[in-house]
Amino acid sequence: MKWNGWGYSDSRFLFNKKGQAEFTGKRYRLSGMIIPGLKDWMEGTFGANLQHKTQPVLNTSAVQPPMLNEAFVEELKSTGIPFSHEADDRVFRAHGHCLHEIFALRDGKIGRVPDMVVWPNCHNDVVKIVELACKHNVCLIPYGGGTSVSSALECPPEETRSIVSLDTSQMNRILWIDEKNLTAHVESGIVGQDLERLLNESGYCTGHEPDSMEFSSLGGWVATRASGMKKNIYGNIEDLVVHIKMVTPRGVIEKSCQGPRMSTGPDIHHFILGSEGLLTAIIKILYLRDHEKYSESLIDMQKLYHGLSSIFTSFLDGLKKFYITKFKGFDPNRLCVATLLFEGAREKVLQHEKQVYDIAAKFGGLAAGEDNGQRGYMLTFVIAYLRDLGMDYYVIGESFETSVPWDRVLDICRNVKARIIRECKDKGVQFPPLSTCRVTQTYDAGACVYFYFAFNYRGLSDPVHVYEQVEHAAREEILANGGSLSHHHGGTTS
Amino acid sequence: ILTQTLFSPPEFVDILEDKRHCNDLRFAFRTFSPPPYKGAPACSSAELNQAVLESQYLRYVIKEVALETESSVEEVRDKVCKIMWEMSQNLQLRFIRLMAFTFRKVFKRLFSAIYVNMEGLQALQQATQEFPVILMPNHRSYIDFLVVSYILFNYDIPVPVIAAGIPLAGMKIVGEILRRSGAFFIRRAIGSDKLYWAVLSEYVRTIVRTGFAPLEFFVEGLRSRTLKSLPPKLGMMNMILEPFFKGEVYDITLLPISISYDRVLEESLLAHELLGVPKPRESTAGLLKASKVLQENYGCMHVNFGRPLSVRQLCEGKINRCQYNLIPRDLPQKPNAEAQACGSWLAHMIVRLQEEGALTSPWSLMACILLQVPTTVLTEEGLLFHQLTEQTLWLRQLALDFRAHLSWPDSDVMSSTVALHRSVVYRKAGRVYLTRNDELERKHSIVPEDDMMRTAAAFLMLASYRNQCLHVFVRPALLALAMSIRKSTRKDELLTCFCFLQEVFSNEFVFIPGKSSQDFDEACSLLHECKAVHVSQWEVTDSDTGLEVLSFLQELLKPFIESYQLMFRFLCEERDCVFREKDFLSGVRTLATKLIVSGELHTYEALSSDMQKNVLSSLRRLGAIIKIEISENNEYKVNKSAVRRTGDMLGKCSKSPPPRSHQHPDIFWVFFIFFSCCSWKNPSADCPGCT
Repeated sequence: MKWNGWGYSDSRFLFNKKGQAEFTGKRYRLSGMIIPGLKDWMEGTFGANLQHKTQPVLNTSAVQPPMLNEAFVEELKSTGIPFSHEADDRVFRAHGHCLHEIFALRDGKIGRVPDMVVWPNCHNDVVKIVELACKHNVCLIPYGGGTSVSSALECPPEETRSIVSLDTSQMNRILWIDEKNLTAHVESGIVGQDLERLLNESGYCTGHEPDSMEFSSLGGWVATRASGMKKNIYGNIEDLVVHIKMVTPRGVIEKSCQGPRMSTGPDIHHFILGSEGLLTAIIKILYLRDHEKYSESLIDMQKLYHGLSSIFTSFLDGLKKFYITKFKGFDPNRLCVATLLFEGAREKVLQHEKQVYDIAAKFGGLAAGEDNGQRGYMLTFVIAYLRDLGMDYYVIGESFETSVPWDRVLDICRNVKARIIRECKDKGVQFPPLSTCRVTQTYDAGACVYFYFAFNYRGLSDPVHVYEQVEHAAREEILANGGSLSHHHGGTTS
Repeated sequence: ILTQTLFSPPEFVDILEDKRHCNDLRFAFRTFSPPPYKGAPACSSAELNQAVLESQYLRYVIKEVALETESSVEEVRDKVCKIMWEMSQNLQLRFIRLMAFTFRKVFKRLFSAIYVNMEGLQALQQATQEFPVILMPNHRSYIDFLVVSYILFNYDIPVPVIAAGIPLAGMKIVGEILRRSGAFFIRRAIGSDKLYWAVLSEYVRTIVRTGFAPLEFFVEGLRSRTLKSLPPKLGMMNMILEPFFKGEVYDITLLPISISYDRVLEESLLAHELLGVPKPRESTAGLLKASKVLQENYGCMHVNFGRPLSVRQLCEGKINRCQYNLIPRDLPQKPNAEAQACGSWLAHMIVRLQEEGALTSPWSLMACILLQVPTTVLTEEGLLFHQLTEQTLWLRQLALDFRAHLSWPDSDVMSSTVALHRSVVYRKAGRVYLTRNDELERKHSIVPEDDMMRTAAAFLMLASYRNQCLHVFVRPALLALAMSIRKSTRKDELLTCFCFLQEVFSNEFVFIPGKSSQDFDEACSLLHECKAVHVSQWEVTDSDTGLEVLSFLQELLKPFIESYQLMFRFLCEERDCVFREKDFLSGVRTLATKLIVSGELHTYEALSSDMQKNVLSSLRRLGAIIKIEISENNEYKVNKSAVRRTGDMLGKCSKSPPPRSHQHPDIFWVFFIFFSCCSWKNPSADCPGCT
């Protein structure tokens, strides 16, 4: 894993010696592929110049020595729970993936970091750690996958007490599967892809697939009210969780049964879901579904807004590209691509497919085939790697999301994009920014819209500050247009 | 014409002189290719109407109205279709071409030049591509109506749809031509016709939302009969702003346009209308008859396109747009107090910008001078021409000090100006005399009242031309007036008096609500800059050199003071506490005529129906008279003591009517403050005589 960027150390976008964009490693379907359009897109969209490359500074010696609470350490030792105060362990757990956090790291700036890291192995370990922390007045920050984008992992610089990072990565087991009720008891530290793989081995799945599922943990999903790409079939995290056990400084909270719904006052789960980092550990049980073969496809519609679609067309092989751009008359720069995933029993999938394709045909769209769909789906996982590529070339960017009623979707998209462009201009950004968006989740009463915003920051003295000002303005615009502060990222920042 | 071009402000270009299109026909058939609007795809008029008819909003209102009137939805829908049929425009390029052809012919005959600022046009062309644009010209003449379209056609800018009064639609053929040139027609007294409001507002909003075309409307609501700015009407403004408040468009661009005429086509018509001669109904036949006005020369016309204003920027911090999040945007929702205040502020600001963009003509300054000369000098002895010239030049400097934009053609300006306005004054043997209508034929009129009416018409024309530049002087003039009324130098006392005057005259002069202290500061600094007063932190004192300026400014407003005093006096002397508007108008007219003939009243403006109506609204606002709602004849109940007090507060600066004696003048101010406070709360409580 990278300490100052997204994902696996072996996987990254780079421009090879021939100047072609390439995705390294072997882990993804894109791995090892040349992406021909990416260079042009970077240069065209951001005015990025491949000659201008930033050099990340790798300097771990800047980390301040740990401030340990001796009594706490002593008692912790007696419990036998493993811990560390090595600099790299602490730095690794001092940040999530907010832009300012990664930017500072790449710049070699390391602020307040946890003073030590503990690795509980089970629920009882967590109970013990929390007790000790209370007793010795030590701060705890729970750490799951480290993919937070709400600054929840940031250590307050003014904090004078010892800060302990509680890393749940060792609590990664499925304790049991209840096949009669289709539930499972899972520890909070399990990472999305492991959970899915292990369940698949038994013929089940949860269907919860956020973009970060390779790295984010179950505990994190609950703490942020996460949402996944397949939510229309399986539901969001709050629909999947049946039972939670939470350790608090005042004791353990859990419900007394596993009934699927209760009507005994407000649901205690709703105080826990989305409480963002205030929790220590969560253990839970998930609904399971029969796992079936799925097929995938892709549709594009004309006359909508252009985003990463030119990258999409660069994947298309010659003949297909000719068919789409010349025969069907799509402009690769004004093409709208929708990646749709159909999952479930075969009949249902076919039925869904037909319905969607009929709608698409009505508006001049066409199916682009399963291969492209798979690649499009894969793109959502590698988008975060693209951010790091941008940062290599003076381009910073982020995504943020909102949920909004249907009738306002188009208005909010237009207004927020326009606001971003306007604010960038006002704030002195020298190059036109990328300001684009897509609908990622749909509900009966509205949709979740993702905004992508990035710009070339050459010529700016404090790019992160500019970024934050523009993002703040964009959020203000979202609120004024009837959108929510966040759909699933969490909202303690901004 | 060449010299005129040289001396007109450099950024103005005469579009009639444009050599590129010498031939009218070729001009009309020029390639018209405005850059497209980026916000939404283009749509046709029919599609626009369809969108309005099928809107969720109208469907909702139709159901509501059907329920309320106990008729079927289909019946109400039919009504809506009829309203739409009556209202909607049908913009077609062919008719724009026809219009351009005709106008070019007519304009070339009427005007020696039509000046347009290119800079403003370039900014406008840019703006029309980005966001919906609202063109907001002032309205002084029927010519205003299509001149903007003509200019935009000339410069490859999308031609607007224009909000027009319904009488124009009634004109045979012409109405249809206007409709096809982009006019849509709005009924005059809509009142509480819910369905009509709904159709109109949805129509306007849809135009804005789709960016169908720039929308042109006159924020003053109607043609100003007095050539003065009118207090803006807010209904249309609020409709236009709504799509922005609701996030349906990213921004809206407001564009104030100032149209200034050297000489207004309708000048004598307006004066007679003000004297109570009814306006001829708009008809095609009337238009043809009016073609004799085409024989004359009307000098230059300036069309000054203001800087595009972003509603988004202007409203920042003034509007919480989240308030629209909790009700579906398609449902009718009255703008709340915040939104209304914002609309009102914007509308008033636009009027102010129109005033600032207007060009002040030498004739307008001359009119100021001429109105301060005793009547008999103008009607009998004649004013020495060189005296007029000198004073006008003096006033020119003052206007420049007050940051007026002047259109000052050439060195021969005085003679040519007087010559252009021979309908009002003429020059004979080095003296200037008032021209009176049909003077030669009826020289020896027996009835003095008849003679007086002719003089009155000429004076009201003069007054209208003075009004063209009144906005330049009004703030300093109100301060000068306050100084003479209060006889005080203390800033706070002067400010109170200044505010009171603004309040009393708020139908005469347009001020942005809630900005009185800024207006006051502006007045102080302008007078200070021209060295008429000394301004310190607490005091404003007149300087030795400032007497000329101060007395000119006081004299400038004197007709208003005198006329108001006269009408106050009339109300107080009436036996009854209840009066009808009609009786008031005729009564005041009789009284004023009598006093003018007897030489007691020195201004003819008290005869102006416009001013008479303004007095009524002013008194209503001050709570001194109350409209009796139940009556259909516009009946009012008057609180005489309140009217008297208001009159007293206007001060003793005028000689007639004689001031009432009061030992403690300060008591008025206590009264004013006290009285204006309580009268708002309970306007009917203060009339002991009538219950």
